[in-house]
Amino acid sequence: MEFIHAHILTLILFFPVLAAVIVLFLPKDKPQVTRWTAFALSLIPLALSIYLWVQFEPGKPGFQFEEKYVWYAALNSSLHLGVDGISLTMVLLTTLLTPVALLASFSVSDRVKAYMFLFLLLETGMLGVFLALDLLIFFVFWEVGLVPMYFLINQWGSEKGERELWKGVKVQARNYASLKFMIYTMAGSLGLLLAIQLLGVLFQTYDLPVLTEKWTALEGTLLGLPVATVKTVAFWAFVVAFAIKVPVWPFHTWLPDAHTEAPTAGSMILAGVLLKLGAYGFLRLVLPLYPAESARYAGALAFLAVMAIVFGAFASYGQKDFKRLVAYSSVNHMGFVLLGIAAAAKASGTLDATIAMNGAVLQMFNHGLSAAGMFFLVGVIYERTHTRNLDDFGGLFPLVPVYGGILIFTSMASLGLPGLNGFVSEFLVVRGSWPILTVYTAIAMIGLLFTGAYILKGIKQVLHGPLNEHWAHGEHKLTEINTREIVVMAPLMALILVIGLYPAWILDVINKAVMMLF
Amino acid sequence: MATETIIWFLPLPPLLAFFLIVLFTNKNKALSHGIAVGAAGLSWLGSMLVFVRALGVEEFGKHAFESVINWLPTGETWFQIGVRIDPLGAAVLFFVAWTIFMIFIYSIGYHNFGQPEGDHDRKGLPPHGATVTDAHGHKHTVPSVEPMYSRFFAFLGLFAFGMYTLVVSNNLLTLFVGWEIMGLCSYLLIGFWYGKPSARNAAIKAFMTTRIGDVFMLLGIAFLYSATGTLTFSEIFTEEMLHHLASISTPILGLSGAGLIGLLLFIGTVGKSAQWPLHVWLPDAMEGPTPVSAMIHAATMVSAGVYAVIRMFPLISLDPATMSIVAFIGAFTALFAATIAVAQNDIKRVLAYSTISQLGYMIAALGIGAYVAAAFHLITHAFFKALLFLGSGSVIHGMEHGVLHTGNHHVDPQDMFNMGGLRKKMPITFWTFLIGGFALSGFPVITAGFWSKDEILADAFAHGHWAVFITLAVAAFLTAFYTMRQITLTFLGEPRTEEARHAQETPWTMTLPLVVLAFFAVTYGWVGIPEHFPLLGGLVPNWFHEFVGSTLAEHPEAAPFSIWPLLTSLAVALGGLFFGWLVYRNVKSPAEDKLQIPVLKNKWYFDEAYDFLFVKPAYWIAEKFTYLFMDRAVIDGILHVVARFSLFLGHAFRNYFDKPVVNELIGDGTGNLVKASGRGLRFIQTGRVQYYMVVSMVLLVIFAVLYYFLIV
Repeated sequence: MEFIHAHILTLILFFPVLAAVIVLFLPKDKPQVTRWTAFALSLIPLALSIYLWVQFEPGKPGFQFEEKYVWYAALNSSLHLGVDGISLTMVLLTTLLTPVALLASFSVSDRVKAYMFLFLLLETGMLGVFLALDLLIFFVFWEVGLVPMYFLINQWGSEKGERELWKGVKVQARNYASLKFMIYTMAGSLGLLLAIQLLGVLFQTYDLPVLTEKWTALEGTLLGLPVATVKTVAFWAFVVAFAIKVPVWPFHTWLPDAHTEAPTAGSMILAGVLLKLGAYGFLRLVLPLYPAESARYAGALAFLAVMAIVFGAFASYGQKDFKRLVAYSSVNHMGFVLLGIAAAAKASGTLDATIAMNGAVLQMFNHGLSAAGMFFLVGVIYERTHTRNLDDFGGLFPLVPVYGGILIFTSMASLGLPGLNGFVSEFLVVRGSWPILTVYTAIAMIGLLFTGAYILKGIKQVLHGPLNEHWAHGEHKLTEINTREIVVMAPLMALILVIGLYPAWILDVINKAVMMLF
Repeated sequence: MATETIIWFLPLPPLLAFFLIVLFTNKNKALSHGIAVGAAGLSWLGSMLVFVRALGVEEFGKHAFESVINWLPTGETWFQIGVRIDPLGAAVLFFVAWTIFMIFIYSIGYHNFGQPEGDHDRKGLPPHGATVTDAHGHKHTVPSVEPMYSRFFAFLGLFAFGMYTLVVSNNLLTLFVGWEIMGLCSYLLIGFWYGKPSARNAAIKAFMTTRIGDVFMLLGIAFLYSATGTLTFSEIFTEEMLHHLASISTPILGLSGAGLIGLLLFIGTVGKSAQWPLHVWLPDAMEGPTPVSAMIHAATMVSAGVYAVIRMFPLISLDPATMSIVAFIGAFTALFAATIAVAQNDIKRVLAYSTISQLGYMIAALGIGAYVAAAFHLITHAFFKALLFLGSGSVIHGMEHGVLHTGNHHVDPQDMFNMGGLRKKMPITFWTFLIGGFALSGFPVITAGFWSKDEILADAFAHGHWAVFITLAVAAFLTAFYTMRQITLTFLGEPRTEEARHAQETPWTMTLPLVVLAFFAVTYGWVGIPEHFPLLGGLVPNWFHEFVGSTLAEHPEAAPFSIWPLLTSLAVALGGLFFGWLVYRNVKSPAEDKLQIPVLKNKWYFDEAYDFLFVKPAYWIAEKFTYLFMDRAVIDGILHVVARFSLFLGHAFRNYFDKPVVNELIGDGTGNLVKASGRGLRFIQTGRVQYYMVVSMVLLVIFAVLYYFLIV
């Protein structure tokens, strides 16, 4: 117990790798064993995270459970891990969604071992970003997460569909989507890597707490330029890398493709966790390292956020593909995260900023729950009907009452219905941003209005209306959601309701971290 | 139990009923409605208890029941939520508890509990009737039970939870929570028969139209919270806080902070209470089953909108500009909706427009500062309009009996021109409907509607709001007129169709609520008789004014009595009723109805205009502009150009540098050179020792000669 307590972050971070290796040695012809093993093993990081949550002291300043091992002595880079209230929330989200997504993947029957192996590696990649307190380690994990996801989309993505690039050139949709995802993120990271190198060379360390202190205090000239200019360039390098990941308008077009083509569980993790990496980058790196620049360019960030909110909602409303509709909803919802961050950056230290930031972090968690749930529900119906076209459904509610009920519940969470989780965070963001970025907040309301429009459109086309007889009889008869699938949804729905009714338990942790950080 | 504890628990039984039914008992109809009605009964009991206790408190306005808990951490402090019942809250709680309870009971009969399952009934569509064979071997068609009976009660439960939450809230945020949960329920209930495309579309229309108001309201809440640091009513309505709000200046319309916040919150009400220009959803909401209409239109949702404005009155009344807007919207809506109601033939739609009109009355009353009168009319209206909606449901139910009897399903059981003479077939429904109708028309002295409406007119008159006074008087005339038209067409004269001839009175579960509500539709007016009213004034104290008025920090003065508004309200009520009867007593078909003017029949073409101006453009922006043009064509287009350029660069490097220079010139070139030189020098590698000997000797001689001559 003593050992676990002292090394808990390392254990959480690397246990999935161990699990992945174990999965690799399982017999190939018994997929069910592989599935259950992977799922059972993924519960251990979750259990450890819950333990971490319980042991965590929200009121204590700085990072907790810190661990530090030399990693690359020549560069003075070390495996420095630690959590505060913000990263803790994200760790909990990741370790929760991974078992849920693995359970959701039981219907995958193609190369199960490789699939589970990659999925578990993916978990480590994501956790590493949230836990890292060393810039180089941060970057390593940032890139590590890309590889498994690339293969998940590329190999297990939807087989149908083509995308015309330009006249006469067509590619398979999942190839297109996975490549776009990979190259876009990597292209964004180039500037980040350069900026990180700049900091590393400058201060001979990559340790984040040290860097933050020294870098923000730096004045004078650098590389023959005023420090302010260098900082501005480096700021935008960071911002672009994270903005692509969030994704912020206009860097968002990889998202609908990747989410739509990815396998169900892949979409769940993509929307649930991977997008949060970008937002987390803003919180952990951009705001602490560039407080002055963040405040100066907060208006620009808010503008992009509002564009994402408004046009994300519009684009979602304009879809005929159910999964793409849900995919675009992420652009809309993550826009609120960035709006909160922008507001907090502009008026750092005020009560309004704290409220906005609380809202942004909580929105990250909430969106993780509802988006994962929505993607899963789209997957459930896709597996049965092999279509995502909204016009092919219609009036399915009497055939699948339980599924319908769950879909409406989750949709309402996504819509931001008061009493469920999404409302709390969106309200906090709106409340916090209003006095700081009044006009942008007001314009964002158009997006909020159309959130309702696209959610109701989805329900209307799938569940309501005259029954499409095609699904009512014979071999096409639509079957009800099964027990395993309900178990996948149960924890998500429970958390959605609990946070909606009594958010204090999680918001208190976030609030204290935000207060200490900014 | 402490009263505050009871108040905390008031909303919970219906919520619990919702979860129990959804998760466990949905297969069992009797158990489901038992749980739901039991829960409504429990909340009703608690409400009555709270109400009675509230009556017993001295100076209740200053010593309201209130209790709070910490809910959201915000920086160093907490955002608190809590419950509060003050005089206004208690009065509202009273009617909410009664109407909700009655509607629950009524739903049992309305959804044909105890009847057999339908022959071809399908979930998501209204029941079509079942065939039964009696002891003599005759086949009859009888009403069939609703296929989603349990689900209906679950939704009702959630709806009741929303309303109770809203009423007991001590702050705007939980009020908004209840408000939105009701919005969801109205969506679910209007779309209850979701298999009908009309119901599905009506549900979405209701949700989206009210959401327009809601997002403004959310901004109002955010503004108020930022400006004051609290959303709790009792903390906002303090003198210094209100003064602070009034002193903020905003760039919009020259309004003060208080005025802008008030306006934003009021827009929420415009959506929720279906005021012009966001009124369009409410008539379509008639697609829902009738108890839903009553729930939405009387007991809960639309009243909630007015309640919110009454609640925020101390804030809204700070800015005269906002008050003028409120008064204008209210008065305009009151008249505008009444003109449409005159030309509708669907029994429920007449009532729907009537509701919009009456809500406009209340809003107008608030706009001119008649706080108590607005609250009074809110409550009397809730009783008689719930009565009318349930009565119309009873009529429709009776007519459906007739339709099942004749088997002619082309007869619309909701069209008043298919009715006539129902007073004999459905006496209880008739008498209660008559009471409700007369209350709505403001029939003098006996009905509650008279007292509340008269008080609004008197207030407008006393404070010189002439435009409002005249508009409301005309609206009141039209109200009496269309109400009498409705009663005449439905109940009086002779049956105009075979179906009406075979209509039947409905079971006790439906008529009992009618009787109870009829009781309040008459008596509730007597608690608010003005003190100086001729003959009756002062016989009973004007309890309502004293009680509800004490909610405000400064007790509002009752309007001085004047004979003119009284005469006006007598004239318009009696005149409207008389003309309504006179014109329609002999009308047989819509063709004979002179008031079927297209512009009124088509509701001033608002639906068409909105569709053209907002709905279609929105979809165009979404699909064509945002998705296909901006994302697909422009942004992805740029990415693809970058990709294509990279490909081009790659090709260029490969074809013009890698291949010719690196591969061919340097790579192949070096190879070729080596190869060529090898080939060229091959002749010296013959393998013959003698040959090598000769070569080395020759070379040795050459080197020796060179050495000798060059170096030495």
